[in-house]
Amino acid sequence: MAADAKQVHLAKSLAHTAPLINCRFDPSGQYLFATAEDRAIIRWNLADGSKVIFKGHDSWVRGLAFSKDGKTLVTSGFDDTLIWWPMAADKPEPIRKVTAHKGWIRTIAVSPDGALLASGGNDRVVKIWNTADGKSVAELTGHELDVYSLMFHPDGKHLLSGDLMGHIRQWDVAGAKEVRKFDAKDLHTYNSGQRVHFGGVRSLALTADRKQLLAGGLYKGTNPLGAVHEPIILRFEWDSQKVLKKHITTGVKGVIWRNIIHPDGFVMGCSGGSSGGYLIFWKAGEDKAFHKFKMQDTARGMDLHPDGIQVAAVHWNKKVSLCRLEKKADPKKK
Amino acid sequence: MKCDYACGSEEHLIARRQFIGGVATGAGAVLGGLGAFATPEAVAKMTKDQKRVIVVRMAGGLSQLESWDPKPGTDTGGPFRSIPTSVPGIRISELLPHTAKVMHHLALARGINTRNGDHGKGTYMMLTGRHRAPGQTHPELGAVVARGLDNESLTLPGHIKVTSGGSGGRNNDAAYLGPKYASISLSGGKPPAYTERPKDVTEAAAKNQNQFRKQANDRFAQRRRTAETDAYVQSFEQAQELMRQRDVFDLSKESDKDRERYGKTQFGEHCLLARRLVEKGITYVQVTHSNYDTHNENFSFHFEQLGEFDAPFATLVADLAARGLLEHTLIVVLSEFGRTPRINKYYGRDHWGNAWSVCMGGAGVARGAVHGATNKNGTAVSDGQVDAGHLFHTYLRALGLNPRRNFKIGGQKIPLADPAFEPIKELLA
Repeated sequence: MAADAKQVHLAKSLAHTAPLINCRFDPSGQYLFATAEDRAIIRWNLADGSKVIFKGHDSWVRGLAFSKDGKTLVTSGFDDTLIWWPMAADKPEPIRKVTAHKGWIRTIAVSPDGALLASGGNDRVVKIWNTADGKSVAELTGHELDVYSLMFHPDGKHLLSGDLMGHIRQWDVAGAKEVRKFDAKDLHTYNSGQRVHFGGVRSLALTADRKQLLAGGLYKGTNPLGAVHEPIILRFEWDSQKVLKKHITTGVKGVIWRNIIHPDGFVMGCSGGSSGGYLIFWKAGEDKAFHKFKMQDTARGMDLHPDGIQVAAVHWNKKVSLCRLEKKADPKKK
Repeated sequence: MKCDYACGSEEHLIARRQFIGGVATGAGAVLGGLGAFATPEAVAKMTKDQKRVIVVRMAGGLSQLESWDPKPGTDTGGPFRSIPTSVPGIRISELLPHTAKVMHHLALARGINTRNGDHGKGTYMMLTGRHRAPGQTHPELGAVVARGLDNESLTLPGHIKVTSGGSGGRNNDAAYLGPKYASISLSGGKPPAYTERPKDVTEAAAKNQNQFRKQANDRFAQRRRTAETDAYVQSFEQAQELMRQRDVFDLSKESDKDRERYGKTQFGEHCLLARRLVEKGITYVQVTHSNYDTHNENFSFHFEQLGEFDAPFATLVADLAARGLLEHTLIVVLSEFGRTPRINKYYGRDHWGNAWSVCMGGAGVARGAVHGATNKNGTAVSDGQVDAGHLFHTYLRALGLNPRRNFKIGGQKIPLADPAFEPIKELLA
């Protein structure tokens, strides 16, 4: 069934006891995982709403990734640590803990063949690990500021990493070398009055035909400390590295925490900020959004279910919005 | 106005007598040039033993939870962990690993409740030790200590502010103590503005102009000297000294090794400049580090800002200790207020004056002490509550000044510090 972004609506809410940070559906689509400010990782069974708490990190968790077979969950925390978990266990205990970085690990990604795990964070280093045993494979250095986002290219040979400076580096995984750099400087600002760097490449996605790269974040960051900024997604041509489109919208103050290319071709972005939480939708050839949906609270993370219809977004108000990209069912028919 | 504005503090009078000896003070000292009567030996001894102050002002409001009073694992604690310090039992945020190593030189006030969340009022309160009242203006700490520790052998201004930007020049922060004790800003750490002789004025011409000015001043002062005329004379003399001693502010005179140790950030350079200035005898140096007003993404911005603050500050503390200057130099790290324990929608923390912390150390401070505490998640002071006035008294006491004594201003007695408060004895050596 094709998704209909214009019909997006809230189907259900899930609740936790602390503000939420990020979320991912597991590859089977049976569970939703979320992370929270109480350091918990929460697993909801979507069928019955039951939840299981994973406790093991000594700080907040932002990175969530799954092994190729879907049986293992890997999480990354702001406690320097990667943890491997049995994804579906009734009483989950860490399989493995690896002290991986100095400081926050903001992002992780698993390679298409499932063999490698990449991690990046505030120490400005990208590291590659063997997913099976957690052993270090490579360290990639060169980022000037914190690493915010990671994505393996579908060819499995290349890795992309985005940073606070608005640079996206393409790495040759086997050679552990930088191949080239995309300039996403529109996503970075340095405020000389407040003396802070702000923005960064918060999310990366590649179109199915591998011809365009999308990088989400913020622009118009006129007051970084005061949350005055607007969401934007840059669309690069893969070969030429030129910016083809700047996907923006009007009336929304926020940052794109994640952008996903829907299998139907449109782009969906999750924005959180001073004007609330939004799901925003763009067509490939258009600058301005064709639809936006205001959610119950500011948003901090989002994921698309394998069915292409369900979208989860997590909020500061401790709730998950489970939305559907289709026409709302008529309650009378029920 | 009668020329009657000497500090009434006993300590100051003793110090002056001790080091200046029988040197004539008063009009002659001012009119003849500030350093004219002091022997080099007296200057050297005075410079060594003189009390000094370095204040680091964390502009915007440093989060106590990301610095001096972490609460990891609580609903307000945020993502950062706490780390042990060189003082057993004291833990601070993991964002300050270098500072943790010099904690034995420092002390913490963790029970501050200023009941204020306004930037302007908070800054006034923390720098004057008084709550702002309509129609009243009080001198800032820098002016009070520059005046209280003033000695005629020091020819440079006693009150310097090192700012990251701005126009530089003289500020209006000395209130009734007069312009002599108002701060001079070093914008971006550069030497004071307008202290280079204009290129089209020859050295000989400048000398002649100043000689003529001094003659006219002396003649005028013989019959009609007032506090105002002294202030004018003082300004000119100080400007002359600033021009003559411009090198004092020149960081390039420091070794490459030291510049490397302090780092190439602006704050690193300003910390090294602060060391240089107190070594040259400047009484009060205030360095501003900006900006901590993190309503948005508090944790990322504190990671960035404290990442810049930590190593240079710890290097400064360690250097002062190694050079024997720390026992004479009071160090204070303060803000206008702290930040809310509650984490807002944007991962930010907002203004909060009800339960926060200040760090101090050096001269007169009990090393490794902690006074006051907050509850489990930092939402209220649970022990040892103090206000800005208590801190102000403590700073003065640490410097050997009696906060209960008075300045004599135009025949009127004005207390050095708000008499409603007391020093925090637990933080004094």
